Amino acid sequence: MANDTLKTEFKRYMDEADAKCAKFPERANLEPNRLYTPLDIEGFDYEKDLGFPGEFPFTRGVQPTMYRGRFWTMRMYAGFSTAEESNKRYRYLLANGGSGLSCAFDLPTQIGYDSTDPMAEGEVGKVGVAIDSLADMEILFNQIDLSKVSTSMTINAPASVLLCMYIAVAEKQGVPAAKLRGTIQNDILKEYSARGTYIFPPKPSMRLITNIFEYCSKNVPLWNTISISGYHIREAGSTAAQEIAFTIADGIAYVEAALKAGMDIDAFAGRLSFFWNAHNNVLEEVAKYRASRRIWARIMKDRFHAKKAKSMMLRFHTQTAGSMLTAQQPNNNIVRVALQVAAAVMGGTQSLHTNSKDEALALPTTESVTIALRTQQIVAYESGLADTIDPLGGSYYVEALTNKIEKEAMDYIKKIDELGGAPEAIAKGYIQKEIQDSAYKWQMDVEQGKRIIVGVNKFTQEEEPPKNLLRVDGSVGKLQAKKIADVKAKRDNAKVKATLAALEDACHKDEKTNLIPFILEAVRAYATEGEICGVMRKVFGEFKAHTAL
Amino acid sequence: MANIKVLVAKPGLDGHDRGAKVVARALRDAGFEVIYTGIRLTPEQIAEAALQDDVNVVALSLLSGAHNTLFPKVVELLNAKGMKNVLVIGGGVIPEADIPGLKAAGIKEVFTPGTPTTKVVEFIKANVK
Repeated sequence: MANDTLKTEFKRYMDEADAKCAKFPERANLEPNRLYTPLDIEGFDYEKDLGFPGEFPFTRGVQPTMYRGRFWTMRMYAGFSTAEESNKRYRYLLANGGSGLSCAFDLPTQIGYDSTDPMAEGEVGKVGVAIDSLADMEILFNQIDLSKVSTSMTINAPASVLLCMYIAVAEKQGVPAAKLRGTIQNDILKEYSARGTYIFPPKPSMRLITNIFEYCSKNVPLWNTISISGYHIREAGSTAAQEIAFTIADGIAYVEAALKAGMDIDAFAGRLSFFWNAHNNVLEEVAKYRASRRIWARIMKDRFHAKKAKSMMLRFHTQTAGSMLTAQQPNNNIVRVALQVAAAVMGGTQSLHTNSKDEALALPTTESVTIALRTQQIVAYESGLADTIDPLGGSYYVEALTNKIEKEAMDYIKKIDELGGAPEAIAKGYIQKEIQDSAYKWQMDVEQGKRIIVGVNKFTQEEEPPKNLLRVDGSVGKLQAKKIADVKAKRDNAKVKATLAALEDACHKDEKTNLIPFILEAVRAYATEGEICGVMRKVFGEFKAHTAL
Repeated sequence: MANIKVLVAKPGLDGHDRGAKVVARALRDAGFEVIYTGIRLTPEQIAEAALQDDVNVVALSLLSGAHNTLFPKVVELLNAKGMKNVLVIGGGVIPEADIPGLKAAGIKEVFTPGTPTTKVVEFIKANVK
């Protein structure tokens, strides 16, 4: 059908349908059009807009064979209490078909405090595992062969310290750093805007990040040096387009910082990775993943003149949306997570964590984690969603939505560029304000019944409080205190002092002095994380947020 | 009471502030005077801010699981500063089983995920002294 004929026919159909639809107005005001046709993707050019998987602009996926080569990595985020307890959970997950590790650290570890620090009170071992020194890290990976497994670590401000601990554990296992595979989150900008585990001000924080890029490009070449994260921005309340826009703007800032530090784009860009949320609206999420790949590829090619294809690929991990889990009727969350997995898989994720049904109430039990892992396996092996690459490519709706999200995101990126880039936009509170406005709108929509959450504002029922929640023993703090005392009694304290003094000296020098070798020496000498971060706190100072409502 | 002053505060190291900010804004829209502390405050800093700003209500938010330690500590410190009439409420990822203990420690009400902000507003209006 020629376009003019189609336009006429489409109008006829809409008029006739509207006349009939007037009787059923309840869902008439949804944002998407009722129906999508070729008219919604006028000018669509397969080669320019999509291309083939593994080829520019990577809209359909970053690898040529995607899940026909191998499934995504089923990487369950886990960690709680002590290294001993978490090591048990890791080995359980690997024994049950988990294909990679993902470490959750407790908040004191994430903010560079030892478990014995007064600031750590009440928080030790709560949201993740407590790591104070290399001794804990050795226990965490006991009987796990680091030459075989890939490990993702959710660690940002002290990412350099935890990476060095991982390298040091591998050395003790006889595994060279060049063989290590994994990821550190290492994304400080979103800590300022959305997640909150910052330590140092932006400038030294960016130095640590570019130091890591440089060190790893030479010594840990298979390591993903950063996971530029939209997940937490979305959890904080952003929309889908804001999630990818603010994150890609952060990505641009990291690239610019590395270029400014004198690195060649193709030397580090291939090791940048991303982290997206899988929210409830399945098709919007698929479009978001596709749009994000296309945007990044074009930015890397056109703006930063990357030459290698690898530098242009947006590879990403996905986690299902924690904020969409309900405390009410928690079994319903299993269904939500399954749909979120469907979105992530149809969107071509490289690895995936699935949340457990009880996480709006507490950390998950082994039983609920197993269901969450099995959900991925069911989608992989039974659903057919992974049987062909980018199965929704060419859908009028999904292509139109991909274009729309791309445009919205690019408008934000342009605005952020005008503000002077992501660090400036964050310093001005622009990104935080945009996220807060979206979060507030979402909550008001729920409270006014404009948005339905099953079991929360519709289809509610009386229920017994759930039983068998996981509880972290309150004695973890004491156990960690004893471990720290043991480490300090056994180690060569003169050596610790010398390595910390050398680190302090290096911190005072400019950013061309790479801090990673100094941190690694201190780690090898069993300096605690608090001692190492303490030295950097002393030189760099601490970031203080100004929070506006 | 003509002018209800609320301090919305996040004790401990938890950075999840979506709930705290949404509640703070809803309370402000409901006509209260609202002060939001930002994240990562010690119980001492929160009690001190409550005293300095002479608030009627302290609303604590925590999603990290440290509530059993940190919420009661804020109440203790408020009492020590002579602020026995301040209404202290809490919210976050808090298991049902912990709520009786928190109430016994002086947290007047605990709001868990899914609570409409209107419920918090009504509770404050009904219970503030």
